[in-house]
Amino acid sequence: MRYLPLTDGDRSAMLDTIGVSAIDDLFVDVPESARFDGAFDLPDHMAEFEVERRMAALASRNVTTGDVPSFLGAGAYRHHVPASVDHLVQRGEFLTSYTPYQPEISQGTLQALFEFQTMVALITGMDVANASMYDGATSCAEAVLMARRITRRNKAVISGSVHPHYSAVTETQAKYVDIEIDIREPDLDGGEDLAGAIDDGTACVVVQNPGVFGHVRDLSSLAEACHAAGALLVVVVTEAVSLGAVKSPGEMGADIVVAEGQSLGNPQGFGGPHVGLFATRDKYVRQMPGRLAGETEDADGRRGWVLTLSTREQHIRREKATSNICTNSGLCALAFTIHLSLLGEDGFRNLAMLNHARASQLADRLSALGGVEVLPDAFFNEFAVRLAKPAAGVVDTLATRGVLAGVPGARLFGAGNGVDDILLVAASELTREDDMQALCDGLSEVLA
Amino acid sequence: MNHSRDLSRNRPAAASADPETVHGHRGLQLEEPLLFEIDNPGATGVDLPAPGEFTSRLGTMERRGGIGLPSVSEPEVVRHFTRLSQKNYAIDMGTYPLGSCTMKHNPRLNEKMARLPGFAAAHPLQPESTVQGALELIDGVAGWLKELTGMPAIAMSPGAGAHGELCGVMAIRAALDDREGGPTTRRRILVPDSAHGTNPATAAVCGFAVDAIPSDGRGRVDVKAFADKLDDDVAGIMITNPNTCGLFEPDMVEIAELIHEAGGYFYCDGANFNAIVGRVRPGDLGIDCMHINLHKTFSTPHGGGGPGAGPVVLSDALAPFAPVPWVVHGEDGFALVEHADDAGDAKPFGRLKGFHGQMGMFIRAYAYMLSHGRDGLRQVAEDAVLNANYVMARLSDVMTPSFEGPCMHECLFDDRFLKDTGVSTLDFAKAMLDEGYHPMTMYFPLVVHGAMLIEPTETESKRSLDDFIAVMRDLVARAKDGDAEAFAAAPTTTPRRRLDETAAARSPVLRWTPEDRTAEAAE
Repeated sequence: MRYLPLTDGDRSAMLDTIGVSAIDDLFVDVPESARFDGAFDLPDHMAEFEVERRMAALASRNVTTGDVPSFLGAGAYRHHVPASVDHLVQRGEFLTSYTPYQPEISQGTLQALFEFQTMVALITGMDVANASMYDGATSCAEAVLMARRITRRNKAVISGSVHPHYSAVTETQAKYVDIEIDIREPDLDGGEDLAGAIDDGTACVVVQNPGVFGHVRDLSSLAEACHAAGALLVVVVTEAVSLGAVKSPGEMGADIVVAEGQSLGNPQGFGGPHVGLFATRDKYVRQMPGRLAGETEDADGRRGWVLTLSTREQHIRREKATSNICTNSGLCALAFTIHLSLLGEDGFRNLAMLNHARASQLADRLSALGGVEVLPDAFFNEFAVRLAKPAAGVVDTLATRGVLAGVPGARLFGAGNGVDDILLVAASELTREDDMQALCDGLSEVLA
Repeated sequence: MNHSRDLSRNRPAAASADPETVHGHRGLQLEEPLLFEIDNPGATGVDLPAPGEFTSRLGTMERRGGIGLPSVSEPEVVRHFTRLSQKNYAIDMGTYPLGSCTMKHNPRLNEKMARLPGFAAAHPLQPESTVQGALELIDGVAGWLKELTGMPAIAMSPGAGAHGELCGVMAIRAALDDREGGPTTRRRILVPDSAHGTNPATAAVCGFAVDAIPSDGRGRVDVKAFADKLDDDVAGIMITNPNTCGLFEPDMVEIAELIHEAGGYFYCDGANFNAIVGRVRPGDLGIDCMHINLHKTFSTPHGGGGPGAGPVVLSDALAPFAPVPWVVHGEDGFALVEHADDAGDAKPFGRLKGFHGQMGMFIRAYAYMLSHGRDGLRQVAEDAVLNANYVMARLSDVMTPSFEGPCMHECLFDDRFLKDTGVSTLDFAKAMLDEGYHPMTMYFPLVVHGAMLIEPTETESKRSLDDFIAVMRDLVARAKDGDAEAFAAAPTTTPRRRLDETAAARSPVLRWTPEDRTAEAAE
């Protein structure tokens, strides 16, 4: 077995040293009745090439976004990841290290996390960010729990602009700790009245920008309304690239920003692992969940980094911790950091504008089709369209013709929730003229 | 926020054994500033085409003003992160005996498989007909985990071990609420005092009070103390097995019977499944749920702190409450159940994660499972246990094992052997850094004084264990020879010496700040 270094000779020598005659003697604490000596209904070990063959066969049964024109988004986006990103994250020193509990021999991971935290704070327009969460949806849930800790209020209003997976995860995590979650109806026109939903029991309002249907909105007055009522504004961003083109949540008065960082450095990967971003204001940092890298000095006075403020965390505080979270999404955060490092200030803005340009061009083309209505006026790289037929059927039909047309509203919200004729369509820097033409041709035929 | 960007601080401030160099480099240990400190406006590491004609839809919502990201070319970025990587210790470099973390070899085949375009470029919301291979893979991993644990059901979506705990305890909560037709009146979860901190933290975020059970003198759950706590206020118990002392809990079956008789459920923390995979099916012990850290037992890389994956196997009693989504296999192939409305008779307690879970980790774990097979996995457990017992046997005459008898996959020592030496567990661990080792887990579990928990894993050769043992024995001898000052000063040869964690927490600097902003903040 190629991964197991011990030979039978080693094993018997080691048993001798231990002073037992057989491996079973080391399992004496396992009660007789609990020992499994039957045969598992599983195959025996395989050669590396046999495993590759089996896995390649499975992979080949997926049509993927690289094979055919794809307009899928809704929280996971297809972007080009520079080759050096994947090379660097596969360096064994990053890939095969643990959480940096021993800072003297973990400065690489710690400095990269410090750079990550800085970049997340900059792009969200916030003061400070943590070292990442599992994904955007779990970040959203943690933001609501944090808002409750800060305000000592127990109601959260979740906008109809928020991705249903995010609101569902938040509702799930809140349900056993007495937080009342008010999820608003899907906000198809981007005009819902959230200020009117705030009262003196509201801990926070959660709103997504760009919204799940694509609307880009100025949240400044909503922030003011929240603050006037003593509530916090939590802003969700499911497409991190949008932060290069759209006014930042920090500029508009957000108190907590949670985002999905997959778009930078990480593949869509059928939905995971992705990386949750979490940023807030300085004054709330001690209520933040998750790991934090901080600057300090070593015994020789050299600058270095450590995990800090860990007295918030479960391994110290146990049941009084701010969260039960232990690990984060370190390697995905590293990929995010490297990709954003390569892009730099201009590259990030240019990438964002290129995404917006492709979406804008796509919207122009789709608007010209019969049976297709583009819903938002202001959007970034994704927007909802209303179709003359149920979107799920249209998407299935186009899939058989080799076009992944987008995400049907019913896929996200469930059928019969007023969004059956809604299709979410996303473009990126990888969207070509031919792809747009294929989508338009397909929709024209199916909707005719 | 405080900040200093004085690059001279890469050099030692005080007199030190190290020769001082111009830039603070020491041979192959190369100092590297923050990326923000090598910002060169105008440089870039990515070339993009011009966007062509388009009408902006952003209007007043377009972002104005500088963001503050550094501008750096590709060669500089590659060098920056390569230099950073060289400041990390890693499994690829050497023994990583970090107890309870299962730092085993991470096969590169698994990385290659996760990067197959058929997986990496699949979008989670594609029509199911276009992702049959991905769904079959999830179903395949689920099948292996159910078979290996002897459990009938599984929730695949949790993103880490602690997230799996959340899933299991929420399923318990949902089952109790369902049985009682409203919010359960049961308020307490029993957790042994040797448990990982995530256990009590998880119980708390599910709305339960935590009631600690003491360990007995043998490092196991005190069954009598446990039984005395049982009443109709107890929702369940969370037990790690093998436990954090590296010992199998011999009374699991009795504990299961007692908790079930009392009307509660049995959560098993499967962090240490590596010790028993292929030899014990936890389902045979009577548990109701158990999370499996794919990044431990099934070797998905730890990545400097995630991402992991923590699927949870469930008993028939808890299965109906599993969160969405899950994969079903019907006549038309594989499909996903993503909404409670489509869940039939099941009563999912909700959703724990965006999309369908940590697919990239499922791929890696599947490659690992197929590579080992049922025969290889049993060998994994046996070699992991053998290696830990070998280390314990060869160190027991100079160090102090906390408990008698064989251990499972990790061996626990306490600090009695350091008594009167002036050397603490922490000092001892820091001295190991100079010898080229990542230390064992320290001061955990909390049930013994100055704990040192050593988990070699099955992927260490006898030779590497012998090298490690030689170092440990030498360090013990030096400690006993009265070399306390040298231990207190260790490490001296690492990229950084001991770091001031107190100062870091007292006035936190959590991001880089440009000098002008620092100046403003100081005014």
